[in-house]
Amino acid sequence: MAKITLDNLAHSYLPKPSGEADYALKELNHDWIDGEAYALLGASGCGKSTLLNIISGLLHPSQGRILFDDKDMTHAPTTERNIAQVFQFPVVYDTMSVRDNLAFPLRNRGADPGYIATRVQQIAQMIDMEAQLDHKARGLTADAKQKISLGRGMVREDVNALLFDEPLTVIDPHMKWELRTQLKSLHHEFGHTMIYVTHDQTEALTFADKVVVMYDGRVVQMGTPQELFETPQHTFVGYFIGSPGMNVMEAQLEGDHAIVGGNRIALGQGFGTPKGKIELGVRPEFTALAQGDAGLPIRIKRVEDVGRHKIVRADFQGTEINVIAEEGADISPDLNRIVFDPAGVNIYADSWRVAPLGEPS
Amino acid sequence: MSLVLEGVSKIMGGETHIHPTDLELSSGTMNVLLGPTSSGKTSLMRLMAGLDVPNTGKVFWGGKDVTGMRVQDRGVAMVYQQFINYPSMTVYENIASPMRLLGQSKAEIDAAVRKAADLMKLSEMLDRKPLELSGGQQQRCALARALVKDAGLVLLDEPLANLDYKLREELRAEIPKIFEEAGSIFVYATTEPEEALLLGGNTATMWEGRITQFDKTPTVYRQPVDATTARVFSDPPMNFLSVRKAGERVEFGEGQAAPAYGAFAGLADGDYTAGFRPNHLELAKQTGDSMQFTGTLNVTEITGSETFVHLDHHGEAWVGLVHGVRNLEIGSPLTVYLDPKHVYIFGQDGTSVAAASYATAA
Repeated sequence: MAKITLDNLAHSYLPKPSGEADYALKELNHDWIDGEAYALLGASGCGKSTLLNIISGLLHPSQGRILFDDKDMTHAPTTERNIAQVFQFPVVYDTMSVRDNLAFPLRNRGADPGYIATRVQQIAQMIDMEAQLDHKARGLTADAKQKISLGRGMVREDVNALLFDEPLTVIDPHMKWELRTQLKSLHHEFGHTMIYVTHDQTEALTFADKVVVMYDGRVVQMGTPQELFETPQHTFVGYFIGSPGMNVMEAQLEGDHAIVGGNRIALGQGFGTPKGKIELGVRPEFTALAQGDAGLPIRIKRVEDVGRHKIVRADFQGTEINVIAEEGADISPDLNRIVFDPAGVNIYADSWRVAPLGEPS
Repeated sequence: MSLVLEGVSKIMGGETHIHPTDLELSSGTMNVLLGPTSSGKTSLMRLMAGLDVPNTGKVFWGGKDVTGMRVQDRGVAMVYQQFINYPSMTVYENIASPMRLLGQSKAEIDAAVRKAADLMKLSEMLDRKPLELSGGQQQRCALARALVKDAGLVLLDEPLANLDYKLREELRAEIPKIFEEAGSIFVYATTEPEEALLLGGNTATMWEGRITQFDKTPTVYRQPVDATTARVFSDPPMNFLSVRKAGERVEFGEGQAAPAYGAFAGLADGDYTAGFRPNHLELAKQTGDSMQFTGTLNVTEITGSETFVHLDHHGEAWVGLVHGVRNLEIGSPLTVYLDPKHVYIFGQDGTSVAAASYATAA
């Protein structure tokens, strides 16, 4: 396993990029720490696959360098990088047995047969497929085949990193749980450096130690799931993470209060006088329905029972505000205000988070 | 209008895809078919549409027997997982195409296309070709085409499965609103419990070619008729525990027992399976009635707002979902609590013996 460094890295698919907009991946400096599990999260076209392909060597960046343990690998071919990759669709040899599929990368590199036998047995145990080792891959279910792909990715002990490109997309919800949990335990047990690309926030948040959120070719935030949830650095992160995403409304600042559509909201702390368009962001989890004259006046439009909680869609001066309520909560039509938990309120200037005065940077 | 299936079944190549099934759907309703891959959702839709003729049984449309009638003559619109548009036509022409086939007037077509495009947020893109659109826009184009057809029956087969998570979330919220107005019968197939809940309406849970339950979506979710339905309609998966009711006690695991509170109190002595959802497991004792279990913590997954705990409870894999960020020691024993009001009890054959009391009380 290795530390992977991105040094001034950027990529444009155009031969002569003229401005930032021409870059699919905008300039990036970053260390992927040895043994950590990362997720690259973003919508289609945000640059996450471009970045993954540069790490694996399928694509050469138009600018900057990529280093493995401080050794320049920018132009090294994929085969020299010792990287294992698992793709969206399982890649297995149908005519081979599960055992031969797992052994394939080792045989390819001329490993000792005795070692291969032991190692394949270990891997089969890890992915819980010991009983099927002598079955042909043909006829196995999609999730069993994807388990083989995962196992084959881990069979070589000398890989620098494991890259996963949307590996659970074709898997049914119930099996997703099983595979993801297995992957997570394997990471806990063996400490591989793992980079996992997905557009699915649940997969990213549950899998990774650190989530890298990408938007329009740029990393907008890298942080733990808790940081992304509690202090989204950009309104895009607030929107993209969470179901529904963060409520965002225009605001003015007055000391330790925000004025939203003529209503005063206590923030509990000051934010100075940031320049630009000021917005208040608060997640539905930190928003509650109320009666009386606190908070903001709203009208309940719709209550969605989504099982373990309710999503209340409310109208505030033409803007939709979402509230998450408990499964058993009684949503009376008399509820005509919403109030915010100040601990869950963030302030944004031109879409970037403003740190409250006194917050350690 | 209503669509009635009466004992329809489908056998292909000696394999039963749909066991004899009865179902009645009425106009202006959203009906979700929820089940894993290969549980029969698409097969059942094909029978509804008339793309396949059932081996047994009949299909009635507005009281009229339409079994064997060609799909072209039925007024059916279908949207598939793969976005299907005509690549050489503009978005406008794509949406207009079914109405053109029906020979409607230019003015009628124009009004309908613009209305559908507006609902699907495609008004700005009417002059573009489908391949110039994002995946979400392409699928909205296919949905708009299904809408203008003004079909009595609209079948949506995992229409959002190929879209990004966030887009899916937005379209899921929009689709019921759009279709409520249209007055057709909507049938929507999905593998995801969360999607069924967000769409609302009615849900039919499917398993191995059978509908296991059909009712209002929250009713199927909270009062499943059997363990299979409960399993199909839980994500994360429902947890199960084998129990024996003996007098005033419930026995489980290796010699453990709890007082028979809640639904357990009224049970006859014997063996049962208890089921409960991950979000009802708690890390702190909330009431005096709570049952207590200790297992080994295998994995935690922290989403930022919640923590999933994966537990090995005497060989059974359990999942718990608790609020907040919990940093717990992997590999250590973890004690969890369960209020009996959240417990479903199933008999030896999997049939529900008692629904969780919190669900029936509401």
